[in-house]
Amino acid sequence: MLKMRVIPCLDVKDGRVVKGVNFLNLVDAGDPVAQARIYDAAGADELTFLDITASSDNRDTLYDVVARAAEACFMPLTVGGGVRKTEDIRKLLLAGADKVSINTAAVNNPDFVREAAEKFGDQCIVVSIDAKESAPGKFEIFTHGGRNPTGIDAVAFARRMAENGAGELLVTSMDRDGTRQGYNIALTRAIADAVTVPVIASGGVGNLEHLVAGIRDGHATAVLAASIFHFGQHSIAEAKAALAEAGLPVRQ
Amino acid sequence: MTTVVIDYGAGNLRSAAKALSTAAAESRAGEVIVSDDPAVIRRADRIVLPGVGAFADCKKGLESRPGVIEALRQAVLDAGRPFLGICVGMQLMATEGVEYGTHPGLDWIKGKVVKLTPSDPGLKIPQMGWNDLKLRSAHPVFAGLETGDHGYFVHSYHFIAERPQDVLATVDYGGEVTAVIGRDNLLGVQFHPEKSQKVGLRLLANFLAWKP
Repeated sequence: MLKMRVIPCLDVKDGRVVKGVNFLNLVDAGDPVAQARIYDAAGADELTFLDITASSDNRDTLYDVVARAAEACFMPLTVGGGVRKTEDIRKLLLAGADKVSINTAAVNNPDFVREAAEKFGDQCIVVSIDAKESAPGKFEIFTHGGRNPTGIDAVAFARRMAENGAGELLVTSMDRDGTRQGYNIALTRAIADAVTVPVIASGGVGNLEHLVAGIRDGHATAVLAASIFHFGQHSIAEAKAALAEAGLPVRQ
Repeated sequence: MTTVVIDYGAGNLRSAAKALSTAAAESRAGEVIVSDDPAVIRRADRIVLPGVGAFADCKKGLESRPGVIEALRQAVLDAGRPFLGICVGMQLMATEGVEYGTHPGLDWIKGKVVKLTPSDPGLKIPQMGWNDLKLRSAHPVFAGLETGDHGYFVHSYHFIAERPQDVLATVDYGGEVTAVIGRDNLLGVQFHPEKSQKVGLRLLANFLAWKP
């Protein structure tokens, strides 16, 4: 039986991890490769790097991080942030990424997703959807880290992205992100039920029960979290034990 | 000993090569090289065909490298060197694939590659993630592995083998799905050993030590 995935996310800025693992004094807390190794050893199901570098000048630093992480970890690696052209995707895949996540570029040009999927295969194209609840039960797409509203309905957009060849959707609730109040379950479920591709729940995890809810109630097949892992609040093993306890299939 | 990873434009060949190099270093199994040179392929002791993407694209990629398919046939079918196909590389061993139209495969293992149609409509396509293997045979590449070990899968199409004995392992995804196929010196895995942590590295090390 296919297992539900637990995916830690590392925010990388100029080649260094911004939100980092600080529970191990032995490693350089800012080195993404050292942290990737920790998560690999801890049995994370995948790892996501989100590049939040403001300028595009430091792009080569990112490729270097990805290359070194790919050399150290034998699990799927997704890289997002600033992916705008097929050339960006090619470079990330050549560096060792298995999937790339596309956000703003997919909103600006939905055909870019089709082009990317045709060139590199559906399986490596993740479309990252940042949405806010604009009215009860209504979700709107935002870009630029949640700053820019677009007027686009998130569920309709998700359907279109899946049709265009996205192999997976990463659904982040912008009004929950960083609040530790839990995923926006209504958003996650609305999208998961509308598409046939896998959905990763993201944004707002504060405890292990939130991970359970993302799958059980949100119908996601993977859960992404950052701070609960980075700050040593919970381990990957604890997250999986909580999912198993709730009757959800996990790889332990 | 030399293991060649066939370079035909498949996206993740470096991942496959890196994992093989790691497995090779641990078991002192010689060098791993990435190449599309027919002479290198003919000389190699072991051959790995990686793959991500669509069946027809990958077949086209192979065909576009002059002499590569011919060299593969000589090394694998005539000389009997151990061969490992990964994901679409495994699917290409089939008689034909039906992704974006019907396309002939290498026809090394009789069978068809068709769309996944899980009995439970709630199951997502592609199958993406870790699934537990059910080993059907005591094949040497399974040494140290057991039923219940997980491999990382990403696929929308799967291999239906004509002869049941060619199916060496399966997973359950709304029905039985072929996870490993093989006969003689041929082996194909639907999951990605290069992305399957310890289980994957073990399978790759076993492949490098395998003497069919």
